[in-house]
Amino acid sequence: MRLFSKTVVAGGLLLLAADPALAEIRIGSVLSVTGPASFLGDPELKTLEMLVEEVNAAGGINGEEIALIHYDDGGDANQARTLATRLVEDDEVIAVIGGSTTGVTLAVAPVFEEAGIPFISLAGAVSIINPVNPWVFKTPHTDRMACEKIFTDLNARGLSQIGLISGQGGFGSSMREQCLDVAGDFGIEVLADETYAPRDSDMTPQLTSIAATDGIEAVVNPGFGQGPAIVTRNFAQLGIELPLYQSHGVASDAFIELAGESANGVRLPGSATLIVDLLAEDDPQHDVVTAYRDAFEGHFDEPVSTFGGYAHDAFWIMVSAIETAGSTDGEAIRQAIEATTGWVGVTGEFNMSPEDHMGLDLSAFRMLEIVDGDWTLVE
Amino acid sequence: MRLSGKAWALIALAVIIALAPLAFPSSFYYRVGALILINGLAVTGLVILFGYAGQISLGHAGFAGIGGYAAALIPIHLGVHPVFGLIAGAILSAGLAFLIGRPVLRLKGYYLAVATLGFGILVYLVLNNEAQLTGGPDGMSVERLGLRALSDALGLGLNTSQVWYWFMGVVLLIGAYLALNLFTSPTGRALRSLHDSEVAAGTLGVDVARYKLTAFVISAVYASLAGSLQALLNGFVTPDVAGFLHSIQWVTMTVLGGAGTVLGAIFGAAVLTALPQALTVFKEYEHMMLGLIMMVVMVFMPAGLFPSLAKLFRRVR
Repeated sequence: MRLFSKTVVAGGLLLLAADPALAEIRIGSVLSVTGPASFLGDPELKTLEMLVEEVNAAGGINGEEIALIHYDDGGDANQARTLATRLVEDDEVIAVIGGSTTGVTLAVAPVFEEAGIPFISLAGAVSIINPVNPWVFKTPHTDRMACEKIFTDLNARGLSQIGLISGQGGFGSSMREQCLDVAGDFGIEVLADETYAPRDSDMTPQLTSIAATDGIEAVVNPGFGQGPAIVTRNFAQLGIELPLYQSHGVASDAFIELAGESANGVRLPGSATLIVDLLAEDDPQHDVVTAYRDAFEGHFDEPVSTFGGYAHDAFWIMVSAIETAGSTDGEAIRQAIEATTGWVGVTGEFNMSPEDHMGLDLSAFRMLEIVDGDWTLVE
Repeated sequence: MRLSGKAWALIALAVIIALAPLAFPSSFYYRVGALILINGLAVTGLVILFGYAGQISLGHAGFAGIGGYAAALIPIHLGVHPVFGLIAGAILSAGLAFLIGRPVLRLKGYYLAVATLGFGILVYLVLNNEAQLTGGPDGMSVERLGLRALSDALGLGLNTSQVWYWFMGVVLLIGAYLALNLFTSPTGRALRSLHDSEVAAGTLGVDVARYKLTAFVISAVYASLAGSLQALLNGFVTPDVAGFLHSIQWVTMTVLGGAGTVLGAIFGAAVLTALPQALTVFKEYEHMMLGLIMMVVMVFMPAGLFPSLAKLFRRVR
């Protein structure tokens, strides 16, 4: 009898131990705050720190404070992998937000998958969520969607024969592939396909060749950094009278500054963060975008960016999932993230499902046109 | 029985590898340990090139890139076990080192440094730009070597980092054993004679060009294996593995620890792999601090950290 009761007590204790009570909620992050991708990692980290402060000031999640444990990978995948292991094994975090670039995300994802820790990535490529990994989610739109948005706009304008001029960096080459892949679905023909190196300072030869190709009706430029600004300037200098499309990679005020006068007339798919003041009062994203912009610019005295917005959405999806799960159990949080539907963030409306770990559709992109050195919304 | 210096060095290395886990607070440290051992393998190769033969290379990460991507691509395209990718990578690196070594090793000093630097950058560019094959800057995933599955089958109950730590410990001991053996062999003596004076070595009948090439090829194989093993450990590889910074890290490890001795260079690898982990809080200042440490060591301990400390220890004793 005594043995029996002891066993029952021991079993009960084990059960108690197995159900992790909410203590301090440890959320990890690995971001590229320094190095070549720092323009992504820096606003992402600032956003996370700002929001953690905000949630803790308001009493935390279900009464427990969030502790953000952050490491900087400097954009190096091997280093990121080590830091991811550290978050799991040493810091024992319950969830992770991060991976500023696709390379880093793909390198760290297996660590979180093995440990059963939900992970929301802030990187672009479609390969992160396709095929679906049960533990890996992402909040940014994909480059494939950017191509689709551009092609939809081309269809609306009755244009179908285009020339591509792509950067050879990770972003440009990945988007180029996606554009070539989906072009057929929209009845778009790619007649010219040129590329340039990330540090090239003159793209006149490629543009001349594109302009000389028979039947070209529009030019699309996947790429980021200063390349697209140079393409835009050369395009104007050559006097090419065709519509020019840039990608979401240069959707920032810096692009207009770099390209100057020649930016006028350029169209690109961008997120709502760029045009906060242009959004209609009844736009579903109006309130959330305005609130984020005001909070960020009030906090850091620098303009809000699309990239920080990815971290904003990832953070709130994670927080509400932990709230819903009511515990720090990885599987429960994972299921709660997967069940996120109808949630409107800075990037768009998220409708996740077991098959779709991003949950955005094309409405998350706005087609913008630069007029007189400022953004306008294309209806 | 009197043990030779070589035996003592190996025993010391084995004891350190075996006992270090006692001080590991969590299994994350096994991961850092495994990385130290992988870097240790690469710098052991560099000791043969720098310390024995007196040549310099700023492009050895290029061979790591070849090894890493061979481990990734060969199993995918030929449907063989990843271990053959590792072997093929080593053979490929050796062949390439043989081909480029002939002309490149005719150069001396700065010129040799710049030529090898160019080689490393070339490999990096190819890996970056041939996106349809290598996945470009985003990298590609690598099939598992199956160490974890083996350990589970044997019922050892180790996690991935732990398995790799012990596996790499054995690999590094073998690598160090071969390098130490080379040191006292006739080839090793010929290599060291090059280090002191190529002219003198030549007049004594040492085939200067051949021995330089030998050292270059051997060190390329070590670097290639280190690159493959890192890719297999991570299950993922990006062109960074062949990057300029990676080459420089290896050179720094070798020189900081003491380019003349295998143990010294491995010690350098341990310090420079572990230090960034300790400095994560100061990430923005990491490169500054590494540079400062490097300068202090070079100014006050020109032979490297390890030989200088060993000397100090002997003097105190």
